[in-house]
Amino acid sequence: MTTQFAVRKVSKHFSKDGEDLVALREVDLDVEEGSFVVLLGRSGCGKSTLLNLLAGLTTATSGAITYQGEKITDVRTQVGYLTQQDTLMPWRDVQRNVEMPRELRGERREVRRAAAGQLIERVGLSGFEKSYPRELSGGMRRRASLARMLSGDPETLLLDEPFSALDAQLRTELQAELLRLWAGSGRTVVFVTHDIEEALLLADRVVVLGPLGRIVLDQEIDLPRPRDPDDMRVAPHFVALHRQLSAALKEGAL
Amino acid sequence: MTIESTAGSPVARATPGTAPPTGPLRIRTENTWRQRQGYRTMIWTARALVLVIFLVAWWLLSGPVLDPQFVGSPFGVAERLVEWTGNGVLWSNTWITVQEVVLGFLLGAVAGAVLAYLVAPVRAIWDVISPFVMALYAIPKVALAPLFIVWFGIGIDMKVLLAAVSVFFLVFLNTAVGVQEVDRGLIDAVRLMGASRRDVALKVILPASMTGLLTGLRVGIPYAVIGAVIGELVASNRGLGYLISDSSASFDTNGVFAALVVLSILATILNSLVSLISKRANRWKPLSAEG
Repeated sequence: MTTQFAVRKVSKHFSKDGEDLVALREVDLDVEEGSFVVLLGRSGCGKSTLLNLLAGLTTATSGAITYQGEKITDVRTQVGYLTQQDTLMPWRDVQRNVEMPRELRGERREVRRAAAGQLIERVGLSGFEKSYPRELSGGMRRRASLARMLSGDPETLLLDEPFSALDAQLRTELQAELLRLWAGSGRTVVFVTHDIEEALLLADRVVVLGPLGRIVLDQEIDLPRPRDPDDMRVAPHFVALHRQLSAALKEGAL
Repeated sequence: MTIESTAGSPVARATPGTAPPTGPLRIRTENTWRQRQGYRTMIWTARALVLVIFLVAWWLLSGPVLDPQFVGSPFGVAERLVEWTGNGVLWSNTWITVQEVVLGFLLGAVAGAVLAYLVAPVRAIWDVISPFVMALYAIPKVALAPLFIVWFGIGIDMKVLLAAVSVFFLVFLNTAVGVQEVDRGLIDAVRLMGASRRDVALKVILPASMTGLLTGLRVGIPYAVIGAVIGELVASNRGLGYLISDSSASFDTNGVFAALVVLSILATILNSLVSLISKRANRWKPLSAEG
Protein backbone atom coordinates (compact mmCIF):
# COMPACT_ATOMS: atom_id res chain seq x y z
CA MET A 1 0.00 0.00 0.00
CA THR A 2 1.22 3.44 -0.83
CA THR A 3 0.96 6.53 1.25
CA GLN A 4 -1.80 8.90 0.23
CA PHE A 5 -1.05 11.73 2.63
CA ALA A 6 2.29 12.24 4.32
CA VAL A 7 2.38 14.98 6.94
CA ARG A 8 5.89 15.84 8.16
CA LYS A 9 6.58 18.17 11.09
CA VAL A 10 3.72 20.43 10.07
CA SER A 11 2.98 23.53 12.10
CA LYS A 12 0.26 26.05 11.42
CA HIS A 13 0.12 29.52 12.94
CA PHE A 14 -2.52 32.16 12.46
CA SER A 15 -1.30 35.72 12.77
CA LYS A 16 -3.62 38.21 14.33
CA ASP A 17 -2.86 41.64 15.81
CA GLY A 18 0.83 40.94 16.17
CA GLU A 19 0.19 37.65 17.90
CA ASP A 20 0.67 34.19 16.52
CA LEU A 21 -2.02 31.71 17.32
CA VAL A 22 -0.58 28.20 17.13
CA ALA A 23 -3.12 25.70 15.86
CA LEU A 24 -0.81 22.79 15.07
CA ARG A 25 2.73 22.07 16.24
CA GLU A 26 5.04 19.64 14.44
CA VAL A 27 2.42 17.08 13.48
CA ASP A 28 3.49 13.84 11.80
CA LEU A 29 0.88 11.65 10.17
CA ASP A 30 0.69 9.12 7.36
CA VAL A 31 -2.52 8.05 5.70
CA GLU A 32 -2.35 4.85 3.66
CA GLU A 33 -4.15 4.63 0.35
CA GLY A 34 -7.52 2.92 0.64
CA SER A 35 -7.70 3.20 4.40
CA PHE A 36 -10.43 4.70 6.53
CA VAL A 37 -8.75 6.90 9.10
CA VAL A 38 -10.68 8.68 11.81
CA LEU A 39 -9.16 11.68 13.54
CA LEU A 40 -10.67 11.81 16.98
CA GLY A 41 -10.29 14.84 19.18
CA ARG A 42 -12.07 17.41 21.25
CA SER A 43 -13.03 20.70 19.73
CA GLY A 44 -10.14 23.11 19.33
CA CYS A 45 -7.46 20.47 18.91
CA GLY A 46 -6.73 21.50 15.33
CA LYS A 47 -8.64 18.75 13.54
CA SER A 48 -10.29 21.11 11.08
CA THR A 49 -7.05 23.00 10.51
CA LEU A 50 -5.36 19.72 9.65
CA LEU A 51 -8.12 18.86 7.17
CA ASN A 52 -7.87 22.31 5.57
CA LEU A 53 -4.17 21.66 5.08
CA LEU A 54 -4.81 18.21 3.59
CA ALA A 55 -7.40 19.72 1.25
CA GLY A 56 -4.92 22.37 0.14
CA LEU A 57 -7.13 25.26 1.20
CA THR A 58 -4.41 26.69 3.41
CA THR A 59 -0.68 26.19 3.51
CA ALA A 60 1.38 25.08 6.46
CA THR A 61 3.54 27.62 8.29
CA SER A 62 6.34 25.07 8.37
CA GLY A 63 6.76 21.43 7.47
CA ALA A 64 5.60 19.58 4.40
CA ILE A 65 2.51 17.70 3.29
CA THR A 66 2.44 15.47 0.26
CA TYR A 67 -0.40 13.82 -1.60
CA GLN A 68 0.69 10.70 -3.49
CA GLY A 69 4.24 11.90 -3.14
CA GLU A 70 3.52 15.35 -4.58
CA LYS A 71 3.72 18.42 -2.44
CA ILE A 72 0.29 19.99 -1.84
CA THR A 73 0.26 23.55 -3.12
CA ASP A 74 -3.35 23.99 -4.13
CA VAL A 75 -6.72 22.25 -3.98
CA ARG A 76 -7.15 19.24 -6.22
CA THR A 77 -10.37 17.80 -7.59
CA GLN A 78 -9.42 14.22 -6.71
CA VAL A 79 -9.89 15.21 -3.08
CA GLY A 80 -13.45 15.80 -1.92
CA TYR A 81 -13.89 17.83 1.24
CA LEU A 82 -17.07 18.04 3.24
CA THR A 83 -16.54 21.00 5.54
CA GLN A 84 -18.19 21.47 8.87
CA GLN A 85 -20.19 24.51 7.85
CA ASP A 86 -22.73 24.50 5.08
CA THR A 87 -21.39 25.68 1.77
CA LEU A 88 -24.28 24.92 -0.54
CA MET A 89 -24.87 27.79 -2.94
CA PRO A 90 -28.03 29.37 -1.50
CA TRP A 91 -29.19 30.55 -4.95
CA ARG A 92 -29.09 27.06 -6.43
CA ASP A 93 -31.67 24.38 -5.72
CA VAL A 94 -30.55 20.94 -4.54
CA GLN A 95 -30.35 19.52 -8.05
CA ARG A 96 -28.14 22.33 -9.36
CA ASN A 97 -25.97 22.27 -6.24
CA VAL A 98 -25.28 18.58 -6.62
CA GLU A 99 -24.56 19.04 -10.32
CA MET A 100 -22.03 21.76 -9.63
CA PRO A 101 -18.77 19.76 -9.51
CA ARG A 102 -19.64 18.17 -12.84
CA GLU A 103 -20.79 21.47 -14.28
CA LEU A 104 -17.40 23.01 -13.48
CA ARG A 105 -15.77 20.08 -15.18
CA GLY A 106 -17.70 20.96 -18.32
CA GLU A 107 -19.86 17.87 -18.37
CA ARG A 108 -22.95 17.84 -20.57
CA ARG A 109 -26.22 18.84 -18.97
CA GLU A 110 -28.09 15.55 -19.47
CA VAL A 111 -25.19 13.47 -18.15
CA ARG A 112 -24.65 15.48 -15.02
CA ARG A 113 -28.38 15.76 -14.39
CA ALA A 114 -28.81 12.00 -14.40
CA ALA A 115 -25.79 11.48 -12.16
CA ALA A 116 -26.99 14.10 -9.70
CA GLY A 117 -30.46 12.58 -9.66
CA GLN A 118 -29.04 9.22 -8.59
CA LEU A 119 -26.98 10.75 -5.82
CA ILE A 120 -29.92 12.75 -4.53
CA GLU A 121 -31.92 9.56 -4.36
CA ARG A 122 -29.06 7.81 -2.59
CA VAL A 123 -28.94 10.35 0.22
CA GLY A 124 -32.72 10.24 0.56
CA LEU A 125 -33.58 13.64 -0.84
CA SER A 126 -35.85 12.52 -3.67
CA GLY A 127 -38.64 15.02 -4.15
CA PHE A 128 -36.52 17.92 -2.93
CA GLU A 129 -34.53 18.48 -6.11
CA LYS A 130 -36.18 21.84 -6.63
CA SER A 131 -35.86 23.04 -3.03
CA TYR A 132 -33.45 25.79 -2.11
CA PRO A 133 -31.04 25.18 0.79
CA ARG A 134 -32.85 27.55 3.11
CA GLU A 135 -36.02 25.51 2.65
CA LEU A 136 -34.29 22.39 3.96
CA SER A 137 -33.58 21.30 7.51
CA GLY A 138 -29.96 21.20 8.72
CA GLY A 139 -29.82 17.44 8.26
CA MET A 140 -31.17 17.64 4.73
CA ARG A 141 -28.62 20.29 3.81
CA ARG A 142 -25.91 18.00 5.16
CA ARG A 143 -27.11 15.20 2.93
CA ALA A 144 -27.24 17.51 -0.06
CA SER A 145 -23.64 18.56 0.68
CA LEU A 146 -22.61 14.93 0.87
CA ALA A 147 -24.27 14.25 -2.47
CA ARG A 148 -22.51 17.26 -3.98
CA MET A 149 -19.12 16.07 -2.79
CA LEU A 150 -19.72 12.58 -4.14
CA SER A 151 -20.89 14.04 -7.42
CA GLY A 152 -17.31 15.12 -8.08
CA ASP A 153 -16.36 11.43 -7.80
CA PRO A 154 -13.28 12.06 -5.65
CA GLU A 155 -10.76 9.31 -4.91
CA THR A 156 -10.05 10.70 -1.46
CA LEU A 157 -12.70 11.96 0.94
CA LEU A 158 -12.08 14.42 3.74
CA LEU A 159 -15.04 14.70 6.08
CA ASP A 160 -15.22 17.16 8.96
CA GLU A 161 -17.83 16.00 11.48
CA PRO A 162 -20.24 15.39 8.63
CA PHE A 163 -22.98 13.70 10.63
CA SER A 164 -22.84 15.46 13.97
CA ALA A 165 -25.94 17.53 13.24
CA LEU A 166 -28.09 14.58 12.22
CA ASP A 167 -30.48 12.53 14.30
CA ALA A 168 -29.16 9.14 15.46
CA GLN A 169 -31.24 7.16 12.99
CA LEU A 170 -30.14 9.10 9.97
CA ARG A 171 -26.55 9.18 11.17
CA THR A 172 -26.51 5.39 11.28
CA GLU A 173 -27.95 5.21 7.77
CA LEU A 174 -25.49 7.65 6.29
CA GLN A 175 -22.57 6.02 8.10
CA ALA A 176 -23.60 2.75 6.50
CA GLU A 177 -23.93 4.51 3.15
CA LEU A 178 -20.46 5.99 3.50
CA LEU A 179 -19.01 2.57 4.34
CA ARG A 180 -20.75 1.10 1.29
CA LEU A 181 -19.21 3.79 -0.87
CA TRP A 182 -15.81 3.19 0.58
CA ALA A 183 -15.71 -0.61 0.77
CA GLY A 184 -13.92 -2.09 -2.20
CA SER A 185 -13.70 1.27 -3.98
CA GLY A 186 -10.07 1.86 -3.11
CA ARG A 187 -11.03 5.30 -1.89
CA THR A 188 -9.19 6.84 1.04
CA VAL A 189 -11.26 8.46 3.77
CA VAL A 190 -10.08 10.85 6.45
CA PHE A 191 -12.95 11.41 8.83
CA VAL A 192 -12.91 13.89 11.68
CA THR A 193 -15.19 13.43 14.67
CA HIS A 194 -15.39 13.89 18.41
CA ASP A 195 -17.71 10.91 18.80
CA ILE A 196 -15.87 7.78 20.01
CA GLU A 197 -18.63 5.42 18.96
CA GLU A 198 -18.76 6.84 15.46
CA ALA A 199 -14.99 6.48 15.23
CA LEU A 200 -15.16 2.82 16.24
CA LEU A 201 -18.00 2.00 13.86
CA LEU A 202 -16.23 3.44 10.85
CA ALA A 203 -12.49 3.34 11.20
CA ASP A 204 -9.65 1.06 10.20
CA ARG A 205 -7.51 3.23 12.35
CA VAL A 206 -8.26 5.92 14.89
CA VAL A 207 -5.82 8.71 15.57
CA VAL A 208 -6.54 10.55 18.80
CA LEU A 209 -5.41 14.14 18.71
CA GLY A 210 -4.59 16.23 21.72
CA PRO A 211 -4.00 19.99 21.87
CA LEU A 212 -2.01 21.48 18.94
CA GLY A 213 -2.55 18.30 16.96
CA ARG A 214 -0.31 16.20 19.20
CA ILE A 215 -0.98 12.55 18.48
CA VAL A 216 -1.98 10.91 21.74
CA LEU A 217 -2.87 7.50 20.38
CA ASP A 218 -2.70 5.80 17.01
CA GLN A 219 -4.82 2.67 17.17
CA GLU A 220 -5.69 0.05 14.55
CA ILE A 221 -9.34 -0.97 14.85
CA ASP A 222 -9.56 -4.66 14.10
CA LEU A 223 -13.29 -5.05 14.75
CA PRO A 224 -14.87 -7.31 12.10
CA ARG A 225 -16.97 -5.65 9.41
CA PRO A 226 -19.83 -5.10 8.86
CA ARG A 227 -20.17 -3.50 12.23
CA ASP A 228 -23.72 -3.35 13.41
CA PRO A 229 -24.10 -0.54 15.93
CA ASP A 230 -26.54 -2.46 18.12
CA ASP A 231 -24.36 -5.58 18.33
CA MET A 232 -21.17 -3.62 18.71
CA ARG A 233 -22.19 -1.75 21.79
CA VAL A 234 -22.20 -4.97 23.81
CA ALA A 235 -19.20 -6.64 22.17
CA PRO A 236 -16.36 -6.90 24.75
CA HIS A 237 -13.65 -5.86 22.29
CA PHE A 238 -15.63 -2.78 21.27
CA VAL A 239 -16.12 -1.81 24.89
CA ALA A 240 -12.41 -2.23 25.58
CA LEU A 241 -11.45 -0.05 22.62
CA HIS A 242 -14.04 2.51 23.63
CA ARG A 243 -12.48 2.69 27.07
CA GLN A 244 -9.01 3.01 25.61
CA LEU A 245 -9.99 5.89 23.28
CA SER A 246 -11.92 7.61 26.00
CA ALA A 247 -8.88 7.46 28.27
CA ALA A 248 -6.69 8.80 25.46
CA LEU A 249 -9.05 11.74 24.94
CA LYS A 250 -8.91 12.54 28.64
CA GLU A 251 -5.16 12.24 28.70
CA GLY A 252 -4.89 14.50 25.68
CA ALA A 253 -6.85 17.17 27.43
CA LEU A 254 -4.18 17.54 30.11
CA MET B 1 -45.98 -8.79 -14.01
CA THR B 2 -45.02 -7.34 -10.67
CA ILE B 3 -42.24 -4.93 -10.03
CA GLU B 4 -40.27 -7.51 -8.08
CA SER B 5 -40.14 -10.03 -10.89
CA THR B 6 -39.05 -7.42 -13.41
CA ALA B 7 -36.24 -6.30 -11.20
CA GLY B 8 -35.16 -9.90 -10.76
CA SER B 9 -34.91 -9.80 -7.01
CA PRO B 10 -37.13 -8.58 -4.21
CA VAL B 11 -34.24 -6.52 -2.87
CA ALA B 12 -34.71 -4.10 -5.75
CA ARG B 13 -37.69 -2.63 -3.98
CA ALA B 14 -35.50 -1.18 -1.29
CA THR B 15 -32.22 -0.53 -3.04
CA PRO B 16 -29.40 -1.09 -0.56
CA GLY B 17 -27.64 2.11 -1.50
CA THR B 18 -30.58 4.34 -0.80
CA ALA B 19 -31.47 6.12 2.39
CA PRO B 20 -35.23 6.33 2.80
CA PRO B 21 -36.57 9.73 1.86
CA THR B 22 -37.08 11.63 5.06
CA GLY B 23 -38.12 15.17 5.58
CA PRO B 24 -41.28 17.19 5.41
CA LEU B 25 -44.19 15.82 3.44
CA ARG B 26 -45.72 17.86 0.64
CA ILE B 27 -49.48 18.07 0.73
CA ARG B 28 -51.57 19.96 -1.77
CA THR B 29 -53.83 22.30 0.13
CA GLU B 30 -57.20 23.53 -0.98
CA ASN B 31 -57.62 26.98 0.41
CA THR B 32 -60.71 29.04 -0.12
CA TRP B 33 -60.53 32.29 -2.06
CA ARG B 34 -60.80 34.14 1.23
CA GLN B 35 -57.79 32.31 2.71
CA ARG B 36 -55.68 32.97 -0.36
CA GLN B 37 -56.70 36.52 -1.17
CA GLY B 38 -58.32 37.72 2.07
CA TYR B 39 -55.26 39.48 3.43
CA ARG B 40 -54.39 41.18 0.16
CA THR B 41 -57.94 42.39 -0.32
CA MET B 42 -58.04 43.74 3.20
CA ILE B 43 -54.75 45.61 2.73
CA TRP B 44 -55.82 47.14 -0.55
CA THR B 45 -59.19 48.16 0.85
CA ALA B 46 -57.46 49.82 3.80
CA ARG B 47 -55.08 51.63 1.43
CA ALA B 48 -57.96 52.94 -0.65
CA LEU B 49 -59.67 54.03 2.54
CA VAL B 50 -56.63 55.98 3.73
CA LEU B 51 -56.47 57.76 0.37
CA VAL B 52 -60.16 58.62 0.41
CA ILE B 53 -60.01 59.93 3.99
CA PHE B 54 -57.02 62.09 3.08
CA LEU B 55 -58.74 63.52 -0.01
CA VAL B 56 -62.00 64.20 1.82
CA ALA B 57 -60.16 65.91 4.68
CA TRP B 58 -58.21 68.01 2.20
CA TRP B 59 -61.39 68.95 0.39
CA LEU B 60 -63.25 69.83 3.62
CA LEU B 61 -60.39 71.81 5.14
CA SER B 62 -59.44 73.71 2.01
CA GLY B 63 -61.51 76.89 2.18
CA PRO B 64 -63.03 77.04 5.64
CA VAL B 65 -59.78 76.35 7.54
CA LEU B 66 -56.87 76.55 5.13
CA ASP B 67 -56.30 79.15 2.44
CA PRO B 68 -56.90 77.50 -0.99
CA GLN B 69 -54.26 79.86 -2.34
CA PHE B 70 -51.66 77.83 -0.44
CA VAL B 71 -53.05 74.30 -0.24
CA GLY B 72 -55.19 74.07 -3.37
CA SER B 73 -57.95 71.46 -3.36
CA PRO B 74 -58.42 67.93 -4.69
CA PHE B 75 -60.87 69.10 -7.34
CA GLY B 76 -58.61 71.96 -8.34
CA VAL B 77 -55.76 69.48 -8.85
CA ALA B 78 -57.97 67.12 -10.82
CA GLU B 79 -59.18 70.03 -12.94
CA ARG B 80 -55.60 71.02 -13.69
CA LEU B 81 -54.68 67.44 -14.63
CA VAL B 82 -57.61 67.26 -17.02
CA GLU B 83 -56.72 70.62 -18.53
CA TRP B 84 -53.04 69.63 -18.99
CA THR B 85 -54.03 66.30 -20.47
CA GLY B 86 -56.30 68.11 -22.92
CA ASN B 87 -53.76 70.62 -24.18
CA GLY B 88 -50.86 68.13 -24.23
CA VAL B 89 -48.78 69.91 -21.58
CA LEU B 90 -48.89 66.92 -19.26
CA TRP B 91 -47.67 64.29 -21.72
CA SER B 92 -44.92 66.31 -23.34
CA ASN B 93 -43.44 67.36 -19.99
CA THR B 94 -43.87 63.95 -18.37
CA TRP B 95 -42.20 62.33 -21.36
CA ILE B 96 -39.18 64.61 -20.97
CA THR B 97 -38.84 63.73 -17.28
CA VAL B 98 -39.32 60.02 -17.97
CA GLN B 99 -36.50 60.12 -20.50
CA GLU B 100 -34.20 61.90 -18.08
CA VAL B 101 -35.00 59.54 -15.24
CA VAL B 102 -34.71 56.34 -17.28
CA LEU B 103 -31.54 57.35 -19.14
CA GLY B 104 -29.96 58.70 -15.97
CA PHE B 105 -30.90 55.60 -14.03
CA LEU B 106 -29.52 53.23 -16.66
CA LEU B 107 -26.32 55.20 -17.09
CA GLY B 108 -25.68 55.48 -13.35
CA ALA B 109 -26.65 51.88 -12.61
CA VAL B 110 -24.51 50.35 -15.36
CA ALA B 111 -21.50 52.50 -14.50
CA GLY B 112 -21.91 51.83 -10.77
CA ALA B 113 -22.30 48.06 -11.15
CA VAL B 114 -19.45 47.65 -13.64
CA LEU B 115 -17.06 49.73 -11.59
CA ALA B 116 -18.03 47.89 -8.39
CA TYR B 117 -17.28 44.53 -9.98
CA LEU B 118 -13.91 45.84 -11.17
CA VAL B 119 -12.84 47.52 -7.95
CA ALA B 120 -14.41 45.63 -5.06
CA PRO B 121 -12.96 42.11 -5.53
CA VAL B 122 -9.38 43.31 -5.12
CA ARG B 123 -8.88 44.39 -1.55
CA ALA B 124 -5.93 46.72 -2.26
CA ILE B 125 -7.67 48.62 -5.07
CA TRP B 126 -10.77 49.00 -2.95
CA ASP B 127 -8.76 50.33 0.00
CA VAL B 128 -7.16 52.96 -2.25
CA ILE B 129 -10.35 54.01 -4.03
CA SER B 130 -12.99 53.89 -1.32
CA PRO B 131 -12.13 57.09 0.65
CA PHE B 132 -12.41 59.12 -2.56
CA VAL B 133 -15.71 57.52 -3.42
CA MET B 134 -17.05 58.18 0.06
CA ALA B 135 -15.95 61.82 -0.12
CA LEU B 136 -17.69 62.31 -3.47
CA TYR B 137 -20.74 60.42 -2.27
CA ALA B 138 -21.15 62.91 0.58
CA ILE B 139 -21.47 65.87 -1.80
CA PRO B 140 -25.13 66.91 -2.11
CA LYS B 141 -25.90 66.30 -5.75
CA VAL B 142 -27.79 69.61 -5.98
CA ALA B 143 -24.44 71.32 -5.49
CA LEU B 144 -23.27 69.79 -8.76
CA ALA B 145 -26.10 71.33 -10.79
CA PRO B 146 -24.40 74.69 -11.46
CA LEU B 147 -21.21 72.91 -12.53
CA PHE B 148 -23.14 70.60 -14.86
CA ILE B 149 -24.88 73.59 -16.43
CA VAL B 150 -21.47 75.05 -17.24
CA TRP B 151 -20.26 71.73 -18.64
CA PHE B 152 -23.32 70.43 -20.45
CA GLY B 153 -25.66 73.43 -20.88
CA ILE B 154 -29.28 73.45 -19.78
CA GLY B 155 -30.52 70.73 -22.12
CA ILE B 156 -31.56 67.20 -21.25
CA ASP B 157 -27.92 66.00 -20.87
CA MET B 158 -27.40 67.89 -17.68
CA LYS B 159 -30.51 66.35 -16.06
CA VAL B 160 -29.59 62.87 -17.24
CA LEU B 161 -26.14 63.22 -15.71
CA LEU B 162 -27.46 64.67 -12.47
CA ALA B 163 -29.77 61.66 -12.15
CA ALA B 164 -26.95 59.30 -13.17
CA VAL B 165 -24.52 60.66 -10.57
CA SER B 166 -27.04 60.17 -7.78
CA VAL B 167 -27.79 56.60 -8.86
CA PHE B 168 -24.14 55.75 -9.53
CA PHE B 169 -22.98 56.03 -5.93
CA LEU B 170 -25.88 54.06 -4.51
CA VAL B 171 -25.46 51.21 -6.97
CA PHE B 172 -21.68 51.26 -6.69
CA LEU B 173 -21.56 51.17 -2.89
CA ASN B 174 -24.29 48.57 -2.45
CA THR B 175 -22.84 46.28 -5.11
CA ALA B 176 -19.35 46.64 -3.65
CA VAL B 177 -20.62 45.62 -0.21
CA GLY B 178 -22.38 42.67 -1.82
CA VAL B 179 -19.17 41.59 -3.54
CA GLN B 180 -17.08 41.90 -0.39
CA GLU B 181 -19.51 40.07 1.84
CA VAL B 182 -19.47 36.91 -0.24
CA ASP B 183 -19.07 33.97 2.13
CA ARG B 184 -15.46 32.78 2.04
CA GLY B 185 -16.72 29.24 2.58
CA LEU B 186 -18.65 29.31 -0.71
CA ILE B 187 -15.55 30.38 -2.64
CA ASP B 188 -13.49 27.64 -1.00
CA ALA B 189 -16.22 25.14 -1.80
CA VAL B 190 -16.09 25.79 -5.53
CA ARG B 191 -12.29 25.94 -5.49
CA LEU B 192 -12.39 22.42 -4.06
CA MET B 193 -14.48 21.43 -7.06
CA GLY B 194 -11.73 22.69 -9.30
CA ALA B 195 -13.20 26.07 -10.20
CA SER B 196 -11.08 28.57 -12.12
CA ARG B 197 -10.98 32.24 -11.16
CA ARG B 198 -13.54 32.86 -13.86
CA ASP B 199 -15.85 30.22 -12.42
CA VAL B 200 -15.52 31.78 -8.98
CA ALA B 201 -16.41 35.19 -10.40
CA LEU B 202 -19.35 34.03 -12.50
CA LYS B 203 -20.81 31.26 -10.36
CA VAL B 204 -20.20 32.55 -6.86
CA ILE B 205 -19.39 36.24 -6.62
CA LEU B 206 -21.87 37.40 -9.25
CA PRO B 207 -24.93 35.58 -7.90
CA ALA B 208 -23.96 36.19 -4.27
CA SER B 209 -23.63 39.93 -4.84
CA MET B 210 -26.96 40.14 -6.68
CA THR B 211 -28.73 41.12 -3.47
CA GLY B 212 -26.46 44.11 -3.02
CA LEU B 213 -26.88 45.17 -6.64
CA LEU B 214 -30.65 44.93 -6.45
CA THR B 215 -30.71 46.90 -3.20
CA GLY B 216 -28.69 49.60 -4.95
CA LEU B 217 -31.09 49.63 -7.88
CA ARG B 218 -34.11 49.84 -5.63
CA VAL B 219 -32.86 52.69 -3.46
CA GLY B 220 -31.50 54.37 -6.59
CA ILE B 221 -34.87 54.89 -8.27
CA PRO B 222 -36.17 57.78 -6.15
CA TYR B 223 -32.75 59.40 -6.45
CA ALA B 224 -32.91 59.26 -10.23
CA VAL B 225 -36.22 61.11 -10.03
CA ILE B 226 -34.76 63.59 -7.54
CA GLY B 227 -31.71 64.22 -9.73
CA ALA B 228 -33.77 64.84 -12.86
CA VAL B 229 -36.30 67.08 -11.15
CA ILE B 230 -33.65 69.13 -9.38
CA GLY B 231 -31.98 69.67 -12.74
CA GLU B 232 -35.28 70.87 -14.15
CA LEU B 233 -35.94 73.13 -11.19
CA VAL B 234 -32.53 74.76 -11.48
CA ALA B 235 -32.64 75.46 -15.19
CA SER B 236 -35.15 74.26 -17.70
CA ASN B 237 -38.12 75.07 -19.86
CA ARG B 238 -39.48 71.54 -20.06
CA GLY B 239 -40.28 68.63 -17.76
CA LEU B 240 -42.29 68.08 -14.58
CA GLY B 241 -39.77 70.04 -12.51
CA TYR B 242 -40.30 72.97 -14.86
CA LEU B 243 -44.10 72.57 -14.47
CA ILE B 244 -43.66 72.80 -10.70
CA SER B 245 -41.50 75.92 -10.77
CA ASP B 246 -43.61 77.53 -13.49
CA SER B 247 -46.87 76.86 -11.60
CA SER B 248 -45.52 78.13 -8.31
CA ALA B 249 -44.15 81.25 -9.98
CA SER B 250 -47.70 82.09 -11.04
CA PHE B 251 -49.14 81.11 -7.60
CA ASP B 252 -50.86 78.10 -9.14
CA THR B 253 -50.80 75.75 -6.11
CA ASN B 254 -53.08 73.24 -7.83
CA GLY B 255 -50.62 73.07 -10.71
CA VAL B 256 -47.73 72.33 -8.33
CA PHE B 257 -49.70 69.52 -6.70
CA ALA B 258 -50.78 68.15 -10.07
CA ALA B 259 -47.14 67.88 -11.18
CA LEU B 260 -46.22 66.28 -7.83
CA VAL B 261 -48.98 63.69 -8.24
CA VAL B 262 -47.66 62.74 -11.65
CA LEU B 263 -44.11 62.50 -10.26
CA SER B 264 -45.10 60.15 -7.45
CA ILE B 265 -47.07 57.97 -9.86
CA LEU B 266 -43.98 57.80 -12.07
CA ALA B 267 -41.78 56.77 -9.13
CA THR B 268 -44.30 54.13 -8.04
CA ILE B 269 -44.33 52.57 -11.49
CA LEU B 270 -40.53 52.45 -11.63
CA ASN B 271 -40.40 50.97 -8.12
CA SER B 272 -42.78 48.17 -8.93
CA LEU B 273 -40.70 47.31 -12.00
CA VAL B 274 -37.60 46.79 -9.88
CA SER B 275 -39.36 44.85 -7.14
CA LEU B 276 -40.60 42.56 -9.88
CA ILE B 277 -37.00 41.90 -10.93
CA SER B 278 -35.77 41.39 -7.39
CA LYS B 279 -38.59 39.01 -6.61
CA ARG B 280 -37.49 36.82 -9.48
CA ALA B 281 -33.80 36.97 -8.59
CA ASN B 282 -34.26 36.48 -4.88
CA ARG B 283 -36.47 33.45 -4.70
CA TRP B 284 -33.84 31.80 -2.52
CA LYS B 285 -33.88 34.57 0.07
CA PRO B 286 -33.92 35.29 2.97
CA LEU B 287 -30.86 33.41 4.15
CA SER B 288 -31.33 34.48 7.73
CA ALA B 289 -34.40 32.27 8.01
CA GLU B 290 -32.95 29.08 9.43
CA GLY B 291 -34.69 25.93 8.27
